[in-house]
Amino acid sequence: MGNLLKVSSNPHVRSKVNTTGIMFAVCLALLPAAGFGIYNFGVRALFLILVTVGSAVLTEFLFGLYKKKQTVSDLSAVVTGLLLALNLPVNIPFWAAALGSVFAILVVKCLFGGLGQNFMNPALAARCFLLISFPALMTNFNCDAYTGATPLALLKAGENVNILDMIVGRTAGTIGETSVIALVIGAVFLILTGIIDLRIPGSYIVTFVTFLVLFGGHGFDVAYITAHLSGGGLMLGAFFMATDYVTRPITKNGQYLYGIVLGVLTGIFRVFGASAEGVSYAIILGNLLVPLIEKVTVPKAFGKGGRRYEK
Amino acid sequence: MRENSAMERLYNGLVKENPTFVLMLGMCPTLAVTTSAVNGVGMGLTTLVVLALSNLIISLLRSVIPDKVRIPAFIVIIASFVTAVQLLLEAYLPFLNEALGVYIPLIVVNCIILGRAEAYAYSHGPVSSLFDGIGMGLGFTVALTCIGAVRELLGAGKLFGFSVMPDSFTPIGIFVLAPGAFFVLAMLCALQNLVKIRGEKKGKDMSKIGSGCGHDCLHCTETGCAERIEDKDEDSGELIDLDEEDN
Repeated sequence: MGNLLKVSSNPHVRSKVNTTGIMFAVCLALLPAAGFGIYNFGVRALFLILVTVGSAVLTEFLFGLYKKKQTVSDLSAVVTGLLLALNLPVNIPFWAAALGSVFAILVVKCLFGGLGQNFMNPALAARCFLLISFPALMTNFNCDAYTGATPLALLKAGENVNILDMIVGRTAGTIGETSVIALVIGAVFLILTGIIDLRIPGSYIVTFVTFLVLFGGHGFDVAYITAHLSGGGLMLGAFFMATDYVTRPITKNGQYLYGIVLGVLTGIFRVFGASAEGVSYAIILGNLLVPLIEKVTVPKAFGKGGRRYEK
Repeated sequence: MRENSAMERLYNGLVKENPTFVLMLGMCPTLAVTTSAVNGVGMGLTTLVVLALSNLIISLLRSVIPDKVRIPAFIVIIASFVTAVQLLLEAYLPFLNEALGVYIPLIVVNCIILGRAEAYAYSHGPVSSLFDGIGMGLGFTVALTCIGAVRELLGAGKLFGFSVMPDSFTPIGIFVLAPGAFFVLAMLCALQNLVKIRGEKKGKDMSKIGSGCGHDCLHCTETGCAERIEDKDEDSGELIDLDEEDN
C-alpha cells in the first residue's frame, strides 16, 4: 500500500518566490544607485537613506502593533524608504524626509489595507506630497558638490548640458536619479532574475522618445533625446517605480498601454509643463488609471467571443 | 429626549446626523472653503442662518406647496434667503464675503439645505423644523471649523489668524490645498467613527436616529442614505424585494 495516490486541492503548481525575496532583490538592485548617490553627494546622503528607511520600517512596525498583524518582515517598507530617499535632494531636512516616509507607509499604504491594496506607489506619493508641501526644500539641489540647476532645468532653459556627465551621474539632482549607469546595472539584475520585464519600461521609454521627436521642438536630435532620457527621474521611475507589482496593470496588453500612458504624460509634463521634471506626477497619475486600463484589457477566456457558425 | 423636541433636534444635527461627518452632505463647500478656521466658521454660520429660516418657512408653507412642484418652491425660498444673507455679508462683513466668494450664492444648491427641506421640514411642524435647521447648521459649522482649524494649523501654522506654532515649524503647504481638505475630512470622519464604534462596544446606543432615511447611520453600508423611491411599494410604503419580483 506504499503507492497510495496523494490527492490534494489546488494550487498544484507552486513557486518558491515570495514577497520578501522580491523586495530583497529590489533592494539589492537599488544598491548601485544608492551607493553612487552617497559617493556623489557625500555622507549626508547615507544618513538620509537611513532616516527614510528607518522611519518607514518603524511606521510599519507600529501600525502592525496596532493592527496586531505584523507585516514589517516582508521588507516592503525598506524598499519604500529606500526609493523615497533616492527621490529626495540631498540637503532636505531630516524631519521632512521622515515625514515623507510616515506619509508613504501610513497614509498611502497601511490605511488602504497594507501592501497590495495601495492604489499608488507609496514612495512616489510621498515625493509628490513633499514636493507640494515644501517646494523650496524639494527643488533646492545646491549641495557641497554641485550648485545651480539640474541638467533638465538647463535643458528646458535651452542651455547646453554635458551628456557624458549625465550618463555617469556627476550632476545635480536627487540622490538616486543622477547615474544612468548605476540604475541600468540594477535594472539588468532585476530583468535577469525575472522580477521585472521590459514591457512597461520599454513601452514607456519608446513612447517618451516618440513624443519628444514629434513635439520636443528639436526633431530627431540624438543629443537632445539622450539628455532627456538620462536626466531627471526617468530611468529610476521607468525601471523601479512604474514596475511596482501593486500599482501596475496585471494584464500584458494593459502593461504596454500603461507604459504608453506614462510616456505621453511624462512628455507633456516635461515639454509643455511649468517645471522641468514630470516623471513622478506621470507615474502616480498612471497608477490612478490602472483599474481602467485593466478593465479594457481583460484577455478573452478560451472559446469566448469568436464568430458563431450557423448551421 | 422626546423625539422631534427642540433639544433632540439640536443634538441630532450636531452629533447623530452631523451633516458633514455622518450624512456626508454639502461636500463642495466643506472641501473648498475650509482653508482657515475663520472661513469655516463664516461658511457654517451663513449656512446655518439660511438653513434655519428656510426650514421654518418651508414647514409653515408645507400645506400650500403642491407636491409636484415642491423642489422649485424650495429653491425659490432658499434663494431668497441666500440673496438676503449675501447682501448683508457684503455690507457688514466684506472680508468674509471675499474669502467665501462664489460659495455663498452656491448655498442655494447646498445639499444639506435641500435635503433637510425635503427630508424634514416638508413633513414636520415649524418649531421642530426650525430647531432641526439650527441643529444641522451648528453641526455643519462645528465640522467646518474643525476641518478649517486643522488645515490652518498644519498648512499655515496659525489658528484663527494667530500664529500659534513655534518659529521652527515649517508649514506643510499641502494642507491648505485641495488634497489637504480630503486628508483632514477623512481623518476626522475616521475619528468620529472610532468614537462611535467604541461607544457601541461599551453598550451605549449610538445608532438610533429620528429622521432622514429611517435607517441607522452607523451601520449604513448597503442601502445608502437615499432610499430609492422606485423600490417602494406605492400603497404600503414597504420596500419591495426586487429578487422576489424577478421570480
